[in-house]
Amino acid sequence: MRVPLSWLGEFVDLAPGTTPEDVHAALVSVGLEEEEIHRFELTGPIVVGQVLEFVGEEQTNGKTINWCQVRVAADGELAADGGPAVHGIVCGAHNFVVGDKVVVTLPGAVLPGPFPIAPRKTYGHVSDGMIASARELGLGDEHDGILVLGSLGLDPVIGTDAISLLGLDDTAVEINVTPDRGYAFSIRGVAREYAHATGAAFRDPALALTADASTVAFPVTVDDRNPIRGRVGASVFVTRAVRGVDPTRPSPAWLIARLKLAGIRSISLIVDVTNYVMIELGQPIHGYDLDKLAGGITVRRAEPGETLVTLDDMTRALNGEDLLITDESGPIGLAGVMGGQSTEIGFETTNVLIEAANFDPVSIARTARRHKLPSEASRRFERGVDPSVAVVAAARVVQLLVELAGGEADGLGSLHDATPEAQPIALPIGFISGLIGLEYTPGEVRSSLAEIGASLEETETGLNVTAPSWRPDLTDKWTLAEEVARIVGYDRIPSVLPVAPPGRGLTHAQALRRQVAHTLAATGHTEVLAYPFVSEQSNNLFGLPAGPTVPQIKVANPLDGEAPFLRTSILPGLLHIAHRNRSRGLVDLAVFELGLVFRPVAGIRYGSAVVPPGAVRPSAQLEAELNAGIPPQPLSVAVVLTGSVVRPQPGQPAVAANWQHALAAVRQVALGAGVEITVRQGSHQAMHPGRTAELFVTTDAGATSVGYAGELLPSIARGADLPAVVAVAEIDLTAVFAQAGAELRATPIATMPAATQDLSLVLDAGVPAGDVLRTLLEGCGPLLDHAELVDDYRGTGVLPGRKSLTFALRFRAADRTLTAAEASDAKLAGVAVAAARFGATLRE
Amino acid sequence: MSDPTEISEPVVSAAVDAALAAIAAANDSAALKTVRAEHTGEASPLARLNALMRSVPGDQKAAAGKLLGQARGAVAQAFAAREAAITEAEATAQLAAETVDVTAAACTWRPGARHPLTLLQERVADVFVGMGWEVAEGPELESEWFNFDALNFDEDHPARAMQDTFFIDPPDAHLVLRTHTSPVQLRALLSRELPVYVVAPGRVFRTDELDSTHTPVFHQIEGIAVDKGLTMAHLRGTLDHFVKAMFGPEAKVRLRPNYFPFTEPSAELDLWHPTFKDGARWIEWGGCGMVNANVLRSAGIDPEVYSGFAFGVGVERALMFRNDVKDMHDMVEGDVRFSQQYGMTV
Repeated sequence: MRVPLSWLGEFVDLAPGTTPEDVHAALVSVGLEEEEIHRFELTGPIVVGQVLEFVGEEQTNGKTINWCQVRVAADGELAADGGPAVHGIVCGAHNFVVGDKVVVTLPGAVLPGPFPIAPRKTYGHVSDGMIASARELGLGDEHDGILVLGSLGLDPVIGTDAISLLGLDDTAVEINVTPDRGYAFSIRGVAREYAHATGAAFRDPALALTADASTVAFPVTVDDRNPIRGRVGASVFVTRAVRGVDPTRPSPAWLIARLKLAGIRSISLIVDVTNYVMIELGQPIHGYDLDKLAGGITVRRAEPGETLVTLDDMTRALNGEDLLITDESGPIGLAGVMGGQSTEIGFETTNVLIEAANFDPVSIARTARRHKLPSEASRRFERGVDPSVAVVAAARVVQLLVELAGGEADGLGSLHDATPEAQPIALPIGFISGLIGLEYTPGEVRSSLAEIGASLEETETGLNVTAPSWRPDLTDKWTLAEEVARIVGYDRIPSVLPVAPPGRGLTHAQALRRQVAHTLAATGHTEVLAYPFVSEQSNNLFGLPAGPTVPQIKVANPLDGEAPFLRTSILPGLLHIAHRNRSRGLVDLAVFELGLVFRPVAGIRYGSAVVPPGAVRPSAQLEAELNAGIPPQPLSVAVVLTGSVVRPQPGQPAVAANWQHALAAVRQVALGAGVEITVRQGSHQAMHPGRTAELFVTTDAGATSVGYAGELLPSIARGADLPAVVAVAEIDLTAVFAQAGAELRATPIATMPAATQDLSLVLDAGVPAGDVLRTLLEGCGPLLDHAELVDDYRGTGVLPGRKSLTFALRFRAADRTLTAAEASDAKLAGVAVAAARFGATLRE
Repeated sequence: MSDPTEISEPVVSAAVDAALAAIAAANDSAALKTVRAEHTGEASPLARLNALMRSVPGDQKAAAGKLLGQARGAVAQAFAAREAAITEAEATAQLAAETVDVTAAACTWRPGARHPLTLLQERVADVFVGMGWEVAEGPELESEWFNFDALNFDEDHPARAMQDTFFIDPPDAHLVLRTHTSPVQLRALLSRELPVYVVAPGRVFRTDELDSTHTPVFHQIEGIAVDKGLTMAHLRGTLDHFVKAMFGPEAKVRLRPNYFPFTEPSAELDLWHPTFKDGARWIEWGGCGMVNANVLRSAGIDPEVYSGFAFGVGVERALMFRNDVKDMHDMVEGDVRFSQQYGMTV
């Protein structure tokens, strides 16, 4: 809502020197958020001039320009720019004649743009200023020619300051109107709020006019057979007729300027007047060409198959919920949203029927949405229009049409008013103080409520409060509490820290989530946050290890049509981020993200057909159904590495990222989560067939797969514009954390000396080293304290197809110093099991 | 030198002098080793003179022994002193030779980093956990009931259209990407025993195109407390404590009237800070208010018995004003330089 200050000042006292910033600050304090400040961005000298003579001169480019002599000051006086009283000005427009009064921007003036005016050599003359068009002044969009003041009905003295003449010195403050404050979509409402904020005197324009008792009834019927949510579409429908309007009369400059500042383009005097009254009083007005109406008006819902050509020349197929204005010819308007073409006010209209109605907010909102027709009118109806202002607004339109357009108020009119009587709200004594935490005196409560226009009635237990007609949002004692609190001032509310009952800290999973992220970051991985929107193809590739498609969730209204699905894996987002970093020259990357993935299960229909109502707790069954309708969203962590994990440095060769670093990241995750993650050779359609590990945790049900690590398929890496080797890992943390938190049984630390031995086994090259290691841990018995793989040798001395694995073994007994023989015996026991299981032999 | 034939003062002196000269001339441990062999070893003149002791007549033995003993002692002492000096010099030289350029140390691991948005959420959670509150969570893909209806958004209310919601296909399944963390309020109230004091950090979604100040995917932190006798003064007290704990003792809170469907009365939460972006000023940070009676009713809580307050703040916005981040793109593009300037802390 944009509020021109000159207009605001008509209804509330603005102290001299009040700036737009002051007005903003005052309105913010009562809950109307500040937006921008709007001005006609121009400075003078801009004056009224008269064309004394002009000569048309044809140019080589085919244009004809006019070399004009324009009087901008009385004979013998200096012009406002200090120059001569007659300026020579080049003008390209042709819509004027000698003697016309025009707006002259003199050297030194600045027009919106900014466009500074100075003497300028052009077309063989020095043009000493410019004759302005309405558009150049910021007053309208018309650029058909210069602004001839006579067309606005103006005949000012030569040299008059055109800025104040045209109202271009006004300023508008823009405020954001929250959905509960429909009344603030009017100068009237904002003036009232300004009065609340500053204590300045408020003059309600709605009290300045009263309804004329109509002598001749214009027939209006409200016949709503399909009320939406039980509410009849129109509760108030006022009409008034004005005859004999002069369609050639221009809108006055002050009206054009105010509308322009309010954000509305001038169309014609009649339309401008209806818009003006809407801005002033908040009541949307529709004007009909009375001569085009066939019979009386019926307000009803659309019937199947009906259509309407609206003002914008569009043929609208109507819906049974659309509320229509109809006459004997059929639909003539979409109530409260847009009028119809057949009864449109035109430049030849002389007899006007004015409609000021109150329509059901829900009905209007749905129709505006359905037909994608948000308008100044629908915006106001959706938020609620004061039902009592319709009569006043209609009278105000009549007044202005009589005053400005030479019309004559007609006795014809109607007044349908089925507004239900307002019900009082019981406000118990002490309720507001108890809710706000500040002791309000009974006087403060009463005066605050009276100030906003409520009527009060004392009861034994408190007050009965009847909200004013323009405040449909005041529905219960809580809403009244807000009014009292804001009128008295939120700054009066004290600060009291409540004491919460003792809490239990972070949950285990919450703590682990942080720890996993910290562990990865501490080992060289950088956390990033990708959008969760991906393509179907990405989900199919990364969502499951195999299979052509995975079940996935589609966004109905995505921002990016290429990526309308919710991720089933974090990897596509990370690959995208890796590519972006590389394109910025950051080629050595290790990135990770922890986040939710969306994993619907095939065959389940998610969601709920019916949304339960608010303000009622759903039954346990309904609540369970709502929750069952939400697809699983496990927490996942993924890592992508590419380039070098260690860059070349003095004495340090580069180390290229590969599958081993993906597994190193997995180990960090396992460490952070405190859960053992085991690794097996695996396969995944997006990954290198020989360099893929499947990851498992041990659950009550045995080993459960929780993810993959390794290298991407080189073709997929290249497809993502990445180098051939991209190491990746992704782990389902929800599944991992489910195994976390078991309390450890500590092993006593043995302090007897250890016996260390190396063991080299020759076996088939295809046997996983991890299996051999596990076998040794098992076969060597309890004396084996620790074992690790230290070498994998293939080549001279080892047959093709076989390999030699060397393990460093450490033996220790808890109670004695081991002899070398005891250690050797234990080692050979392990070798025997490995020999039996894998055909391993001791390497000579 | 020819074999000595008798132990005489001149002969012993000559041997001692030769030994001391050689010791003094030795400059490193290798030379010293040679000196040791030549002047104190088996074949050294003093050793050979010593061998003559057998043939020294009994009455002269004491004098010859004393002469030789003193001579050998002087040589041994000189040798030990020289050896110690050389060992020390060599150790010093060794250390000097091992000098490195500490400014050129090779780093065998990369620097990693957390994302400041997640770190900031953790900090906020820690402030509230310190006050006894708990951290609550909920799904990002939500039922419309939790996201709207239960929070007093009427299906036709303009506020619902204001939310710029991502809807899930098919729309009649009534699933949305949550537009705020407020559905977690409901989940907390439905699943926990009263009183409830929880914060809910998390990701939220709105159909805003990415530009320097908007992103369709962003983060909020929601707080809700429902107890007997909670007032708007408790809301202010909580926010005062929160901003001081987060931003230092100079931070201040201002409440301004506003409208939200899920609170009544409602307020805009402004933060004042002397040194944040653009200097000392009020910064719009979030919304808050007393939990709307209809929200309590949605959770089966009697608003005549219990009351509550709630607040929600934007995490991206906090990072912008606190750390002077100028462009939303930096937070969402995943450029590693952005996270890395924060490292492990925000």
